[in-house]
Amino acid sequence: MIAELGHFSLILALGLSVCLVVLPATGVYLRQISLMRLSGSLSAGLFVFILFSFVCLGHAFVNDDFSVVYVARNSNTALPLQYKISALWGAHEGSFLLWSLVMAGWTLAVSQFSSSLTLDMRARVLSIMGGLSAGFILFILLTSNPFDRDLPIYPREGSDLNPLLQDFGLIVHPPLLYFGYVGFAVPFAFAIATLTSGKLDAAWARWSRPWTNLAWSFLTMGITLGSWWAYYELGWGGWWFWDAVENASFMPWLVGTALIHSLAATEKRGVFKSWTVLLAIFAFSFSLLGAFLVRSGVLTSVHAFAVDPERGLFILAFLLLVIGGSLLLFAVKATGIKSNAGFTWTGRETMLLVNNILLGVAVGAVLLGTIYPLIYEALTDGKKISVGPPYFNTVFVPVAMLLFMVMAIGPASRWRRTPVERFLKKQLLPWGGSFAGAALLVFLFAPRFEPLAVLVVGVAAWITLGLIIDWVSRVRHKSNRVASLFRQPVSYYGMLIGHLGIAVSMTGICLTVYYSEEKDIRMAPGDVVELSGYEVEFVSMKKVVGPNYEANQGEIKISRDSQHIVTLHPQKRFYETARNMMTEADIDPGLFRDLYVALGEPIGGDAWAVRVQFKPFVRWVWFGGLFIALSGIVTVLDKRYRSRRRVVDEEAGRLQT
Amino acid sequence: MKFGKMKPHRRNRLLLVVFLIITSGSAVGLGLMALNENINLFYSPQQIVDGEAPVGPTIRAGGMVVDGSVQRSSEDLKVSFIISDMEAAQVEIQFEGILPDLFREGQGVIALGALNPEGVFVADEVLAKHDENYMPPEVADALADAHKESSGK
Repeated sequence: MIAELGHFSLILALGLSVCLVVLPATGVYLRQISLMRLSGSLSAGLFVFILFSFVCLGHAFVNDDFSVVYVARNSNTALPLQYKISALWGAHEGSFLLWSLVMAGWTLAVSQFSSSLTLDMRARVLSIMGGLSAGFILFILLTSNPFDRDLPIYPREGSDLNPLLQDFGLIVHPPLLYFGYVGFAVPFAFAIATLTSGKLDAAWARWSRPWTNLAWSFLTMGITLGSWWAYYELGWGGWWFWDAVENASFMPWLVGTALIHSLAATEKRGVFKSWTVLLAIFAFSFSLLGAFLVRSGVLTSVHAFAVDPERGLFILAFLLLVIGGSLLLFAVKATGIKSNAGFTWTGRETMLLVNNILLGVAVGAVLLGTIYPLIYEALTDGKKISVGPPYFNTVFVPVAMLLFMVMAIGPASRWRRTPVERFLKKQLLPWGGSFAGAALLVFLFAPRFEPLAVLVVGVAAWITLGLIIDWVSRVRHKSNRVASLFRQPVSYYGMLIGHLGIAVSMTGICLTVYYSEEKDIRMAPGDVVELSGYEVEFVSMKKVVGPNYEANQGEIKISRDSQHIVTLHPQKRFYETARNMMTEADIDPGLFRDLYVALGEPIGGDAWAVRVQFKPFVRWVWFGGLFIALSGIVTVLDKRYRSRRRVVDEEAGRLQT
Repeated sequence: MKFGKMKPHRRNRLLLVVFLIITSGSAVGLGLMALNENINLFYSPQQIVDGEAPVGPTIRAGGMVVDGSVQRSSEDLKVSFIISDMEAAQVEIQFEGILPDLFREGQGVIALGALNPEGVFVADEVLAKHDENYMPPEVADALADAHKESSGK
């Protein structure tokens, strides 16, 4: 009964979303204020009905209603409660319901926090978002209904959630990722609304910016968490694989990064207007492309959701409609847009332009590698290939390094024109100092000297020093230095934190890539192996029992110079219902190094295959990610986005249209 | 018209266009070059048995792990097993390291590595999927092809 209510509520939500497309848009067309005003309450209704539907599915999970097929496939009576709830988005159908809920959530948020928008603009934006919602809900109802029942004969026990997903990481990773993906629908809707209204001014950039930054922050957090989860849960200590699905989240992130930078230029200086609109369209298009790649199963990926060609086809059609339609609109409407401010080669505008070009190249390279297997298969009549991580590393790393160097000098530049000589004089010291310092550090502390490690750490130090110098120079000459610390725009601090995050991440990535040590060995109780100066002893093995699994648990003692450091307990779990083996690694985390132990399999006698790893600075990869995510949130707090003047706008809106 | 005498904004625009063409051109060129060096072709057990797969370069091979074919060394982590397309073709795979959790006899796997002159596939990496109901599309196709051929004969 409850499941049917959920299904019914989803159908009502579809109806509301169609109303949200049609009524406010008609209002705009007929200049009917009463129709335009409906957009707010329709958004709220849409959100409430999807939420209700979501709660109904949650109810089925919590009460083990295995007559619902989706629940039977992804839950089990022995599953702990928190995983019963997170199993809701653990597989395809439910995760798309979450996607739609998030979409409705953003729509509601836009309708609530849009007092600075004209009524006309608000109706346009919400109408477009309603259209997207309608597409997503239709997709669920037609191809992936999570409320389908299997009556009258249904299983008495569910087949359990995939053990890899029974983890804290999975509870939070997909929702954050979806907040990001779907969040890009907001700047997309703003861009389309602006194109249809024909008024592409700086106000548009000011509306879009906080939303874009927020969505981008969520996406950053989602990717960071996903990487961390892969590191400790997939069991083998890798944190980025250039897997198709990872790329699917990374491409919108790169475009989003380009977008927030180009929005800054558009808002502050009125330049790159049409380019920014195009980026806003692309950011969301890449989100949809990601959904298509993941859901259609056209690419081999570790994230393999069960495949259904019908789903792929639906998303592909939706994708083509959205991208094709918006690009067509862009082609028709954007020709008349003129940027009204000039700038020179040394201006900050140029820096941001180079940032955008490099990010564009990076996205192109990742996209090419990701979809090349599809192109190749089509061209060669069915020959299958995969593109390995070496390709991505070869093309991405050089572009990223160029980008980081521009990042090091960028913040010190000025809008329009930067006095070059003074600029160079100011850069010389951080430049020389950072590389010399990096070389010295690597020489003193690293096990071997790697020139490329010096380069990367040097650039990271250069970025950091440049930020510090710029920050100091902003407050130094003020009469009240402490007060002027607080008087800098909040978004300036956002930039500081974000760029610092990149420096932290790149340091972590570089050092962990160059100086990690890894040994896969056969160990029996009593065996000792040496790794990066640590002695690792396999002490014993015992059986332990969890709520829905049994496990072999190793006891592994790690010491250094005969000083005991830590005892780790990695497990090899067997999940009875799903009949799945799972590796649960144990990690001794540290700011400067992780010690990582995972069990392979029993290989004769009482010996086990064991993987032991020393991973220097690996935490920095994710610390940096958190900084970057924080930076986007900080910028949103900037005063200038809180509608200072609640534009006396209903009036103005009516007059303008 | 001399370059130096062009109006500044025209000159800027021209330089920008040239810069864009050079950067994107070289980026695409380098990208394609890197791509060509790093694609790994997939071969089914039948193709390997027929000698269609090259000896030496990195390729991928996939099939079902034959029941009872997994053999381990008692000294180290060396392991060998046989993959087949469920029909006649069989290929031996050698690997040193830790096999993935979902590696099991009777399960579809993909190996990344190279064929040696003896026709043995030496794998650097063995992949089995997160989801045990999931069959890598390459393996599914290889099985379907082999099945079609044998029933057609």
